[in-house]
Amino acid sequence: MPHATASAEASTIELGERVTLEKTMTVLLVGVGGQGTILAGNILAMCASEAGLDVKVSEIHGMSQRGGSVSTIIRMGQHVDSMICDPGTADVLVAFEAIEALRNQQFLREGGRLFVNDEVVTPVPVNIGNATMPEGVDGRLDALGAVRMNAGAIAREAGSPRSTNVVLVGALSTALPFAVDEWEDAIRRRVPPKTVDANLKAFALGREAALA
Amino acid sequence: MARQLLSGNEAIAQGAWEAGVRVGTGYPGTPSTETLENLVRHKDVYCEWSPNEKVALEVGIGSAMGGARTLVTMKHVGVNVAADPFMSVANTGVNAGLVLLAADDPSCYSSQNEQDSRTYAAFARIPCLDPSDSQEAYEFARQAFALSERFDTPVMLHETMRIAHTRTMVEPAGTREDAPLRDYASQPQKYVMMPAFAVGRIRSTNAREDALLDYAEKSELNRVEMRDPKVGVIVAGALYNHVREALPNASTLKLGLTWPLPPKLIRDFAASVERVYVVEETCRYFRTAIAAMGVELSEPPAKPLPRSGEIFPSDIQASFGEALPGHAAPAKDLPPRPPAFCAGCPHRLVYCELRRIHAIVTGDIGCYTLGAVAPYKSVDSVIDMGASLSMAHGMELAGAPERTGRPVVGVIGDSTFAHSGITSLLGTVYNGGKGTLCILDNRTTAMTGTQGNPVNGLTLTEQAARVSPLIDAAEKPSMLDRPAGKPLDLVALCKAIGVDEVEVVDAQDLKAIRRALKAATSHTDMLSVIIFKSPCRLVDRSTRPAPKITDCRKCGSCIQIGCPALGKAEDGTAQIDPTQCIGCNQCVQSCPFGCIAFEEE
Repeated sequence: MPHATASAEASTIELGERVTLEKTMTVLLVGVGGQGTILAGNILAMCASEAGLDVKVSEIHGMSQRGGSVSTIIRMGQHVDSMICDPGTADVLVAFEAIEALRNQQFLREGGRLFVNDEVVTPVPVNIGNATMPEGVDGRLDALGAVRMNAGAIAREAGSPRSTNVVLVGALSTALPFAVDEWEDAIRRRVPPKTVDANLKAFALGREAALA
Repeated sequence: MARQLLSGNEAIAQGAWEAGVRVGTGYPGTPSTETLENLVRHKDVYCEWSPNEKVALEVGIGSAMGGARTLVTMKHVGVNVAADPFMSVANTGVNAGLVLLAADDPSCYSSQNEQDSRTYAAFARIPCLDPSDSQEAYEFARQAFALSERFDTPVMLHETMRIAHTRTMVEPAGTREDAPLRDYASQPQKYVMMPAFAVGRIRSTNAREDALLDYAEKSELNRVEMRDPKVGVIVAGALYNHVREALPNASTLKLGLTWPLPPKLIRDFAASVERVYVVEETCRYFRTAIAAMGVELSEPPAKPLPRSGEIFPSDIQASFGEALPGHAAPAKDLPPRPPAFCAGCPHRLVYCELRRIHAIVTGDIGCYTLGAVAPYKSVDSVIDMGASLSMAHGMELAGAPERTGRPVVGVIGDSTFAHSGITSLLGTVYNGGKGTLCILDNRTTAMTGTQGNPVNGLTLTEQAARVSPLIDAAEKPSMLDRPAGKPLDLVALCKAIGVDEVEVVDAQDLKAIRRALKAATSHTDMLSVIIFKSPCRLVDRSTRPAPKITDCRKCGSCIQIGCPALGKAEDGTAQIDPTQCIGCNQCVQSCPFGCIAFEEE
């Protein structure tokens, strides 16, 4: 092929160790525009597709990216129909911000896993006095069975404050049936070359935090 | 070629490239934008952004007529702008293949309305292809060019946001079809749409419609899948996946060709099931057409499907009385998190000042539409691209400034001004209109992802080669194989049109903004244009350390500029989030007591 698109090049699938899923799995990544949910979704999608699964990844672009609430849906299985995550259907919900975890709590299925970066990004309406922050956020997250972590602090510990999203990918990896080296391979191919080591460390620390 | 995960837009670009497309035109608009941005990466395709969708389609008609396969891309509301040439090219037909991608936005994720572009295909009587995932987006893009040439017609390729921005598995052939340039010969009776020739071409369209109906009945683009004969669902696009998810046992008639609809296929499918339903979103496109065929459609047993917005599998399950999974109740006490101007955004201080002078602001389409929400709440109207300037003139004709005691100010962005604002301004000047118009020139088309436009002079080819929109035109690298894009001189243009007073003001300088708006709105006998110029922070990413706050008086003035990096500490004093602050100086200027300052460097 004379001219592959750059994006196509990055998304070429190299089949690795096969994984079989009995049912379609739904992962919902939520956060605030600019937090790196899209990269995290890309890493997961690469892992899942290279395990031979059918994958659908749905994102919202455009106006909401200006600091608004954002979400990425990843559905994977032997054959995936809809690309939507409806209430009560997310097997795993990863919130990159605590308020966004609560905003999306209805999407988690009964018995689903919830990973939360418990750092808070104050919405502009709160800053300007038009809205207030909810009370008892941590307690409410605990009641939902959340695995809470300060992903920003963990990323700084890994030497890369911008790798907060990869810390959360590490946490997510503990709830999915893909081998650690498959995740690491996907990270290597998805992050800027200079940041590979810091991101791999962020991934490992995120896994550790989730398993602790 | 190996399997890939591609978005609908990436897949359409791949399909168009494989179909031998040579020219791509369009205007950026969510959710269509990435299609041309991917297509331009192929060195054997020429792509350009046009000032608006009408121009894009006209360039596309010209290149297809001239013999080159052409893809034209736009969002649904762009089809409104392009509707004039669209309705005529439907009758002239094409020479080489011409495909128009129309990307709809059910639920208005990034749009001023939701409308079903397929109604335009039916209106113009041109084929409409409706993919349900990226594999089909890729295949249908290829087939659209073949259909276009086979039936001598432009073809609409229709997608919704959920197709455009969902990545699914695609297995592309990876090879480019050899589609040589077609010969061109003058055919005035085909291409000159004056009355005498147009009536003949309409007869050609009639004959083509009959041929297309025949094709639709047999086309593999439409597919019957028999399962439970009790329930039959007619569906297209992303909704097909949702029906399969929600009602896995239902029989389906999946329509890939959504104009013309195949009456016999639909009647046969209806006769083969006990009850037949339609699942569609935002309008009654299928229901109206299918009811007109005399087919009796059933309403979902439990409740009707939503009349507006995207339809999800849970909506379908609820309508058909299927059980829904249990889940936590949605939290009701959370602060909203709407989109907001970025830290350092050059639109912020202009809106702070428009708020202060209590202007009636006729607004426009772009990031700066966000001036309508708190803490600015200073935009009175947003209708369509260009309306800010023409509506300001209309408000003047209604005597609004005198009757309310408030100045009327039209506010438009640079790309939107080039899109449709120039003719609006011309109309005001021509008719002796007065008032104040602001062009927010942030050197880019920000909302859709910082595309080039005629004002900054950055072409799509240059953008694909990663040339910065901030570069001086004379400094552009010469390694590109196209002539450098030319920036528009806004001041010279406004003066040439005949605007009385044109001023360029730094959009990061609060005092200058105040002075300019005060001067412009205080005299009622002339037309003033203020060009507020400062680059978008997504383009100019330079930063410096956050300023320091000392002896805060807790007056809240800085908070009310609505910067995401500014908040209040528990004791009520202002505080800056250093991770979000870019050191833009806006809050420094907003503090009436001089308590916010940069440290000496």
